[in-house]
Amino acid sequence: MKKDQFILSAIVNNHFGVLTRVSGLFARRGYNIDSLNVGVTENPKYSRMTIIVTGDDYIKEQIVKQLAKLHDVKKVQIMPDDNTVKREHLLIKIKASSERRAEINTAVSIFRGQVVDFHTDSMTVEMTGEPSKVDAFINYCEDFGILELCRSGALAIIRGEESLSIDEEDNE
Amino acid sequence: MKLTGAQIIVETLIEQGCDTVFGYPGGAVLVIYDELYKNSDRIRHIITAHEQGAAHAADGYARVTGKVGVCIATSGPGATNLVTGIANAYLDSTPLVAITGNVPLSLLGRDSFQEVDIAGITMPITKHNYIVKDVRDLADVIREAFKIAKSGRPGPVLIDIPRDVQTSSCEYEKADVVKKFPYPKVNKQSVKEAVELINSSKRPYIYSGGGVVLADAGDTVLELAKKIDAPIGCSMMGLSAISADYKGMLGMTGMHGTYHASKAKQEADLIIAVGVRFSDRATGNISKYSKNAKIIHIDVDSAEIDKNVTSYLGILGNVNDIVKEITAQVEPRQNPEWFAVIEKMKEHAKTFDEYKTRLMPRTIIEKVQEYTTPDTVVATDVGQHQMWTAQHYKFRKPRTFVTSGGLGTMGFGMGAAIGSCIGRGEKKTVLFTGDGSFGMNLNELATATSYNLPLVIVIMNNKVLGMVRQWQSLFYGKRYSNTTLNRKTDFVKLAEAFGATGLRATTVEELDKALEKAFGMDTPVLIDCHIEMDEMVLPMIPPGGSIDDIIIK
Repeated sequence: MKKDQFILSAIVNNHFGVLTRVSGLFARRGYNIDSLNVGVTENPKYSRMTIIVTGDDYIKEQIVKQLAKLHDVKKVQIMPDDNTVKREHLLIKIKASSERRAEINTAVSIFRGQVVDFHTDSMTVEMTGEPSKVDAFINYCEDFGILELCRSGALAIIRGEESLSIDEEDNE
Repeated sequence: MKLTGAQIIVETLIEQGCDTVFGYPGGAVLVIYDELYKNSDRIRHIITAHEQGAAHAADGYARVTGKVGVCIATSGPGATNLVTGIANAYLDSTPLVAITGNVPLSLLGRDSFQEVDIAGITMPITKHNYIVKDVRDLADVIREAFKIAKSGRPGPVLIDIPRDVQTSSCEYEKADVVKKFPYPKVNKQSVKEAVELINSSKRPYIYSGGGVVLADAGDTVLELAKKIDAPIGCSMMGLSAISADYKGMLGMTGMHGTYHASKAKQEADLIIAVGVRFSDRATGNISKYSKNAKIIHIDVDSAEIDKNVTSYLGILGNVNDIVKEITAQVEPRQNPEWFAVIEKMKEHAKTFDEYKTRLMPRTIIEKVQEYTTPDTVVATDVGQHQMWTAQHYKFRKPRTFVTSGGLGTMGFGMGAAIGSCIGRGEKKTVLFTGDGSFGMNLNELATATSYNLPLVIVIMNNKVLGMVRQWQSLFYGKRYSNTTLNRKTDFVKLAEAFGATGLRATTVEELDKALEKAFGMDTPVLIDCHIEMDEMVLPMIPPGGSIDDIIIK
């Protein structure tokens, strides 16, 4: 079966141990997590997880069903590819010799990034965008020499009024 | 009313309808045991020989009563000793609440004496688990644990309670017995589709599993079978839900199922699968599995639908309600041609039977059956004796077969038989076991004799690990690596040493005498039955094979 990358969003109880439950489920069923992001929601009782997974249709269906069985998972949804705002944050430290600084600055401005730290031989850039844009920028930076980088993992929210929020009566 | 955590535990257990708990005391649960002592007229505690026995006993108790089983253990090794029992309950969907003590909150996470992260350890083998850090949460956590354990597809829940949470106090108010979470709403359109599929099928087949036992839906499934004149094959976990007396009852399907149950499933054009999960032991090679049939999969757990086998139609919800609805709408019919085909399969299967004058496993089971009633609970351990029991014992009443299906836990039997016996008001209970399985947890004989339980323990003693030996015979060139035990243990003397009665049977005549004596007593009796080491469980569909690969001799 064809493997695709897809984004899962889950509303989970904001407890200790919930991340372990979710990641443990992925590990023991053999599903790969490409990235996972978790943070508290507008209601402090819940956190929201955004998980990028690669898998075929079978895995897609099983993951949603298995996640939904966890008592701490209140809602889970696969985000529709064409109707979702996706953003990822990048911090990247690049080698920056004086000869190449101008070139780096041009790239940073084209990718709408920002220089947030500057040293004699290096600079740190932050950038936000769709994961594919972040990939493209990282690719471009390889030529300068990457000292280190960290990515936040994707955040995803559906366009329009539809939302993943919990009605209290859902959560009897 | 202001109560301590330990008092709240006992009060909430009683409030939730629990009158029997199985466990073993220790440092981190002393306060709970103090309350159990004071409340021994309201809640009974059964002390086992080992925490694993307590977990299996709670499991067996839950299976025969349909109630939530409860076990208690101390921190550290007490808690880890429960692990196999919890995993067993998880794989067989038994409602269980396991309570463990832990070191005080201030010592948690410091590798303190007898500290173990039991919540972390049991995460993948429980439906949910808790560490209670505030006594004010305790009562509601226990209530929620009961609710989760018995809702939907049942399963085990663990509650870890640090020692100081047991000693601190807060207000407690009695609450009602928790209700199950509502079942998923049944899709009416799917029911209609199922009815049409059944009406237009030529060779319908009902495949009934453990979910039917759990939902107490045996009668409902039987009614459907009678109305559409369909045969029924069971997964091992499904045995007992439907009486072996039904003319269309074909017995167990799968690796060691009857020839006709598996063959008819292969020939069916429609399989109505109720409360099954199509495990590898039940299906064999999935790509060759019932290729001619459309599968209607009815289950309470959405993750089971299309997990192992892709169904033509999946219906999610309470299986009892769904089958009832289908039965109401479906057209009554007769399938004489289909049953004629099945009769031929049955005739063919009879040619595999061979009776010898020696003491054969099948003879032992059939002889025991002469002494039991349809209400007698039969427990097993794991291995050849378990398969022989599943094949040859005629179960007639739901919840009378207690066996470890999913996890296949050798050593399950003694604890499970004890729990079952207590769950059934200490009525005569039978355990079929093997010398290998029995050797794993025979310490529980001490429990059986302490409580003077009317257990009949039938050991099929072949002096080898029979099931592994069978695989070594068939697939490993008869290289009997570490399976020829030939231990010097004298089980008769052993039984006597524990305070039970020990009997031996090496011939059919001796067995007759032993059974007559055993069933005339109401205390634990062990019968050491000597069988040949090369008896095999047949028929057998080899792992990854199909009905075409069946081994008969």
